[in-house]
Amino acid sequence: MSIPDPLREEDLIRSRQRGRARVMAVLLGAFVILVFAISIAKIRAGMPH
Amino acid sequence: MTPVTPLLPPAHWRDFLALTKPRVMTLVVFTGLCGMLAAPVGVHPVIGFTAILCIALGAGAAGALNQWYESDIDAVMRRTQKRPLPDGRMDRQAALHFGVGLGAFSVLFMGFAVNAVAAAILTVSILFYVLVYTVWLKRRTPQNIVIGGAAGAFPPLIGWAAATGDIALLPVLLFLFVFLWTPPHFWALALFMKSDYAAAGVPMLPVVSGERTTRTQIGLYTIPMAAVAILPWPLGLTGAIYGIAAVLLTGWFALLAVRVAKRTTHADDAMKPEKALFKYSILYLFVMFGALVVDRWFA
Repeated sequence: MSIPDPLREEDLIRSRQRGRARVMAVLLGAFVILVFAISIAKIRAGMPH
Repeated sequence: MTPVTPLLPPAHWRDFLALTKPRVMTLVVFTGLCGMLAAPVGVHPVIGFTAILCIALGAGAAGALNQWYESDIDAVMRRTQKRPLPDGRMDRQAALHFGVGLGAFSVLFMGFAVNAVAAAILTVSILFYVLVYTVWLKRRTPQNIVIGGAAGAFPPLIGWAAATGDIALLPVLLFLFVFLWTPPHFWALALFMKSDYAAAGVPMLPVVSGERTTRTQIGLYTIPMAAVAILPWPLGLTGAIYGIAAVLLTGWFALLAVRVAKRTTHADDAMKPEKALFKYSILYLFVMFGALVVDRWFA
């Protein structure tokens, strides 16, 4: 059984965290734009909520 | 002494995506979209997009929770052992949190942005897939996919409800159609994946009752499925485009099903007719729903 290299493991963890943070940022940005678009659509259609 | 669970590095975002079963989601999204487009009222594109997004997220949540619960049997089956959980690329708790979070988000967002009826049906579909199919039926009875098939039949109903805020006869028939399509579709798969299901201890019909019974059941279930597939035309709910497409496509499905039903296999059988039925059944569902939408456009 090979002994895990702590430095390599930390690099892997950091790169995964960076990747997930980027995806989360894109998704949150898209969510904000979508909520804005929904609000505009409902206001134009005269929907109560 | 309790076994020590090894600490895993945080999962890659692609593994979370894989957890949502994107390929299954395609069919769910497509039938949901067609259910929405077949509705007699138009829906604002943004609201329509949101509804389809919520259906996709709900289906993804159900898929994630299914993989969380079934990681032990996924590890035994060749078809599923490279999934994130059995492959050791993800922590089980992360999968559970992701599935519950995504499911709750999809339902709440559907309720706020679209309407309560669509959100309610989406809730039922997620709970049905996770609790009724995955937890209760799958490991207990060979009727698992007969009853559990209802979970995959909800999307056209949700799409219709998202557009109209209501339920009518046509989406109910679409629900019944997908419900009755599921057994021949899955049993065709189960026939050529029998050894995998047997190894995992999943009581699929070919494992419990044998190939002969399964082949007969495929033939029998094709009869009501064909009737429900064509029924919207004579009832006047669709036009001739859907009607003619339904007759031709369903006729071909029935031919393939009869070929499977009548066959007896020998050792090292390549199971070509079963694989052909399985592949065609996917294409069949796509084209039938596509024909419904085209029919509506020309109505």
